[in-house]
Amino acid sequence: MDARKKKRKVLLMGKSGSGKSSMRSIIFSNYVAKDVRRLGATIDVEHSHVKFMGNLTLNLWDCGGQDAFMETYLASQRGNIFSDVAVLIYVFDIESREVERDLDTYNAIIEALREFSPNAYVFCLVHKMDLIQGEHRQRIYEERSALIRSRSAHFRVDTFGSSIWDQSLYKAWAGIVHKLIPNLTVIERFLTAFAKKIDAEEVILFERSTFLTVTSVTSEVGDLNPIYDRHERLSNIMKAFKHCAARNTLTTPASAGFVVMHTKTPQFNIFLGRFTDNTYIFLVVPPGEAAYNCAVLNTMLAREGFSKAAAGGRGDGFPLPPPRHLRTMLRTD
Amino acid sequence: MPFPTISRPRPINTRFEHGSDASVSLSSPVTHKTSAQLSLEHLLQGTTPGVPAQAKSGSVSSTKARDAKPRLLLMGLRRSGKSSIASVVFHKMPPNETLFLESTTRIQKDSIHSFMDFQVWDFPGQLEYLEPSFDLEDIFGSLGALVWVIDAQDDYLDSVARLNRTILTVQQYYPGINIEVFIHKVDGLSDEYRTDTFQDIVQRISDELSDAGYENAPVHYYLTSIYDYSVFEAFSKVIQKLIPNLSTLENLINTLGNNCGFEKTYLFDVLSKIYIASDTRPVDMACYEMCSDYIDVIVDISELYSWDHPDRKPKGDQIQEAESHVVLHDETMIHLMEMNKYLCLVSVIRNSESKEKRGLIDMNCRTFQDALNDVFSRSWEQDEQST
Repeated sequence: MDARKKKRKVLLMGKSGSGKSSMRSIIFSNYVAKDVRRLGATIDVEHSHVKFMGNLTLNLWDCGGQDAFMETYLASQRGNIFSDVAVLIYVFDIESREVERDLDTYNAIIEALREFSPNAYVFCLVHKMDLIQGEHRQRIYEERSALIRSRSAHFRVDTFGSSIWDQSLYKAWAGIVHKLIPNLTVIERFLTAFAKKIDAEEVILFERSTFLTVTSVTSEVGDLNPIYDRHERLSNIMKAFKHCAARNTLTTPASAGFVVMHTKTPQFNIFLGRFTDNTYIFLVVPPGEAAYNCAVLNTMLAREGFSKAAAGGRGDGFPLPPPRHLRTMLRTD
Repeated sequence: MPFPTISRPRPINTRFEHGSDASVSLSSPVTHKTSAQLSLEHLLQGTTPGVPAQAKSGSVSSTKARDAKPRLLLMGLRRSGKSSIASVVFHKMPPNETLFLESTTRIQKDSIHSFMDFQVWDFPGQLEYLEPSFDLEDIFGSLGALVWVIDAQDDYLDSVARLNRTILTVQQYYPGINIEVFIHKVDGLSDEYRTDTFQDIVQRISDELSDAGYENAPVHYYLTSIYDYSVFEAFSKVIQKLIPNLSTLENLINTLGNNCGFEKTYLFDVLSKIYIASDTRPVDMACYEMCSDYIDVIVDISELYSWDHPDRKPKGDQIQEAESHVVLHDETMIHLMEMNKYLCLVSVIRNSESKEKRGLIDMNCRTFQDALNDVFSRSWEQDEQST
C-alpha cells in the first residue's frame, strides 16, 4: 500500500437530535437539506469511509447521541472509541435548553480524548443557526463559543456556526477538511505559482463529490472582492446545480458532475474543469478573450502533468515534481 | 405595438346596468355610489380619490394604444395562494417562506419592467369586485389575462361558482379576455387524485358555462404548485399569449435550433425565469428545469464576482454580452447567451457534432440576437434614451 495513503479517524459526536447525521448526509451522501427529515436516530456508531482527494480517506464515526450510548462510549468502549482520533467534531444544538448539561457531556468527552488522542484536532459546530433571528446570530454564537472554549481543556478548538439551510455548513466542513489534507503546502505552492502565471484573480480547488473548497489562492486584486463567503456560496451553488442535473438526467447525484464550464461576462471570466481525479479547478480571470483562452490552455497542460504524475504512482498527482510543467507553459503576454 | 386583447367594452345586454344612460357611456357602467362606497372603493383599489373614475378611464383608453401595459389579474378565493404565486414568481421568494405571508387586504399592484412592461394585480379573495360600486372598466380594461387560482386541496365548489359568475359578467363587456385557471397546491395530492380533481374542475366549469349559453369559452387550465417549476411553466404560457409577435419569435428560434442542432431552446426572462418563447418541439420539463437552474447558477456566480474596483482591468477585447456553457457528466451541453438586459437564450445540446462547432453556434446566436432586437425594438430603448 502506498505510504502516502492516509486514513484518518473522524469522530462525529454531540447530543441526540443535534444534527450530526443530517450534515454528514448533506456533505458526503448528496442529500438535499429537505431530505434529511427522512433520517431516523443513529443507533450506536455508524461507520462510513469517505474517499477524499484520492490519497486521503476519512473514516467517519457517526456516534449516536442518546444518553445511554454516550455512557457506553465513556465507559466500556472508551479505548475503542477515543484512540487514534485525528479529528473530533462536536455538534451543539443552538436551541438546546440544557446548555450546562451539554457542556458537561462535552467536557467528559474532551477528557476521554485527552487520555487517548491528545493530538487530535477539535472542531465544535454550533448548529441550527437558522433558528436564531438574523440580528442576534453573531452575538449568541460568540457567547456560546466562548463557553465551549472554556470547557475544552488544553485543546485549541475551532468553532463554526452552521446551518444545513445555507452555505455556512460548507464553510465549517471546508475548514475541517483543510486541516486534514496531507501535502497541503505543496498544493498551495503550486497553485500560487500557477495563478501568477496565468494572471488569475482567484484559483480555487474543489473536491469533486462534496464540492468543498480544498484550498484557494487569490491575487492582490482578487483579495479586494468584498464578498468574503464566496467560496462556501460557490460550493452551495454548484452542488445545487449538480442535484438538478442528476434529477433531470436520471442518475444519482453521486455520479453526476461537470466536465467543463466556461462563463464569459464583461466583468470576469470563469473556467471550471476537472483537474485531478478528485478535484475541480475554478479559475477567475479578468475579461479578455485571448487571455482567457490562454489560461484555459495552460490549465489543460498543467492537468496533463498531473495525470502523468498520478500514473507514475503518485496518488492523486500531488505532491508535484518541482514546477517543471510551469516552465513549459505558454505565456499569456 | 397594440395588443390584440384590448378593445373597447361593448355592453351586450343591459342586465347589469342601472338605468338607460349606461349604453351611452362607452367606458363603464354608470352606477350611483354613496361617498362612503366611493372612498372604500378607492381605498381597496389603491387609487387616489378626487379623480372621477369615468374621466380617468376615458383618458386611459385614449393613450392605451400607444403604451399598453397589459394587466394580469390574480383572483380566487381567500387563502388559495394568489399572493404566494406572485411573490414566488415575481419577487423570487423561496417557496417555504410564503407560509408567513399575511393575507392581502387591498389590491396589490405590481409593475413588472422587463422585455415588455406589464402589471400584476393581486386581488384580496374576499373583495366583492362584481358589486356595482366597483368600476369594471378600471379593473378589467386593458386586461391581458385573468388568472383564477383554485386551491385543489380545499373544497373548490365555491371557487368554481364564483369563477363562473365572474366569467359570465366579464365576458359581456370584454369578450376577448383570456381566462387562465390555476388548479393550485397540487404538490400535496397523489397523481391519481390530481388528475381526478383536474377533470372534475374542468367539467364543472365548462358545463356551467355552456348551461349559461356561453360555449367554447376561452378558458385554459393548469396544474400548479409553488414547490416545483409548474407555476413558472404555467405563467410562461399565460405571458406568451400576451406577446404580440410570439409566432415570429418561435419561427426565429426554430430556425436557430434546427441549424445549430439544439435539442430544445428557451428564451428566458432572466428576472422572473418565465420563458417568453421556445422552439415548437414538445416541452420537456427536464430541459426546462436544467435551463432555468443554469440561469440561477450564472446569476449567483455573477453576483459573487461582479464587484467594481479601479484596479480591476480587462486584459483584452471581449464581446459585451455574457456567454456561458457547461458540459455535464453525460455529455449534455447547456448553452446560455445573454440577449439584452432582460432576456437570455438557453439551449440544451445533445448532438455531439454540433458541440464541436461552438464558434458557429455563437455566431448564429449573435445573428439571432440582432433579429430579436429588431422584433423587440420597443419602448425600453426609447426609455433609456430619454433618461
